[in-house]
Amino acid sequence: MRRIYMDHSATTPVHPRVAAVVNRFMLSDYGNASSVHHFGKVAREALEDARSQVADLIGADSPSELLFTSGGTESDNLAIKGVAYARRDQGRHIITSAIEHQAVLHACDALEAEGFEITKVGVDGQGRLDPEAVRDAIRGDTILISIMLANNEVGTLQPIEEIAAIAKEYDVLVHTDAVQAVGQISVDVEALGVDLMSLSGHKMYGPKGVGALYVRRKTPLQPLQNGGHHERRLRPGTENVAGIAGMGEACLLAKEELAIRNQYLLRLRDRLIDGIMSEIPKVYLNGHPDHRLPNNVNVSIVGIEGESILLSLDMKGIAASSGSACTSGSLEASHCLLAMGLTHEVAHGSVRFTLGRDNRQEDVDEVIRELPAIVERLRAMSPLS
Amino acid sequence: MYTEAVMEHFTNPKNVGEIENPDGEGQVGNPTCGDIMKMYIKVEDDQVVDAKFKTFGCGAAIATSSVATEMVKGKTIEEARNITNRQVAEALGGLPGNKMHCSNLAADALHKAIDNYEERKKAREEGTA
Ligand SMILES: Cc1ncc(COP(=O)(O)O)c(C=O)c1O
Ligand code: FES
Repeated sequence: MRRIYMDHSATTPVHPRVAAVVNRFMLSDYGNASSVHHFGKVAREALEDARSQVADLIGADSPSELLFTSGGTESDNLAIKGVAYARRDQGRHIITSAIEHQAVLHACDALEAEGFEITKVGVDGQGRLDPEAVRDAIRGDTILISIMLANNEVGTLQPIEEIAAIAKEYDVLVHTDAVQAVGQISVDVEALGVDLMSLSGHKMYGPKGVGALYVRRKTPLQPLQNGGHHERRLRPGTENVAGIAGMGEACLLAKEELAIRNQYLLRLRDRLIDGIMSEIPKVYLNGHPDHRLPNNVNVSIVGIEGESILLSLDMKGIAASSGSACTSGSLEASHCLLAMGLTHEVAHGSVRFTLGRDNRQEDVDEVIRELPAIVERLRAMSPLS
Repeated sequence: MYTEAVMEHFTNPKNVGEIENPDGEGQVGNPTCGDIMKMYIKVEDDQVVDAKFKTFGCGAAIATSSVATEMVKGKTIEEARNITNRQVAEALGGLPGNKMHCSNLAADALHKAIDNYEERKKAREEGTA
């Protein structure tokens, strides 16, 4: 069966160029970047090249503002807890949003249990935050604002520039989780004005288990683990050279392709949205129509449940995902969809298709062809329709 | 994640639909995840001769509905009452742990349909008495 992968927000295939780089640093240039010999020097160079490649993609002033981590989750934790601990003398209040990834939300929960205070700013029906609501949440003891650049479920883009400008007025640091944005849209830390930003390799055709945290110069940060001198002691541990070099290559690739990738995905995305909307009755687009990732299609199909849609799609070779409670493991519907004001039933019927550079127009057309029959079959079984 | 039996019942569910003028019907909903299951039974001489369902829920919810309606057909009311959630799950070769509440749903809906049948019967008997 020909399989169509439309779950790129979960993870992306590694690009062959990236795989070749990873392969090289596993099989031939496998040195420890701290060693003095030739092998060490080659690894060190690869590490610093990758740092420059990441810095270059996100417009960082200097590569030294980037720390490599084990992925988006660690970057989020290091940013939030690292700043919280470093600034705890100045205050204990942190602002975030109701629709963050669990890495951010649960890091905040952990801090709350330690005595920090967390305010979660809500979003509107399209998943957008009002920067003025962030201003209203700022207090004298606020030390950090952490708001994602692009939401992983509905693809809504947040007004981070405006939020960062407000934060500056009050001398509050800003972290943004840009895991879903980098490699999809142009992201520039200077234009955004953020102090910290999380990236993950596997969402941008790089390897899993590697990520980066941008930390603007002079930003106070306390390491979460102790060890050697690696990554300026802020993230000790022998560097994952192969993964990091792969992530560097993925950034280089993103830089080369970004404009075309963006345009290409936008066209596919809108074709898919239009197709689903015109072929299936009683469907809503979740998220913002314009302030939206170019690869994200998230719809709620009234009267049926997401997991049963995913199973049916999978039988047709189509891979997608859902914010339904039944797929969550915790049996709670997506906190993001609920924060947007969707009822449990409508959140239950959500399906997310996230496109990638490997998708073709035929793939989109096949989804548009297959989905209506799936919906019809499940609706015929549903007591709600 | 799911057994072949679950996938078979999900793909080709038995007894989907409603029964016109059923002798009993029962609906259950899972308050946490918001799933809904509706069962209809037709009874003759205290024996379940037909059962149908409509379900809003995951693959396991659809499969348990389907297999539960199959299990109950031909059973006496007494026997039908004794169908348990565990038996429903077992008939499907087991369910993932976090899906066990969907099998709860199927047996519960069935028991509710039986309750409803008995209420109606009682009302009828009292009416004629
Ligand atoms: C917005 C967002 N933040 C963080 C993460 C976590 O990244 P990682 O899988 O690299 O730990 C993800 C990935 O699911 C994500 O979508
Ligand atoms: S019906 Fe929700 S998990 Fe099965």
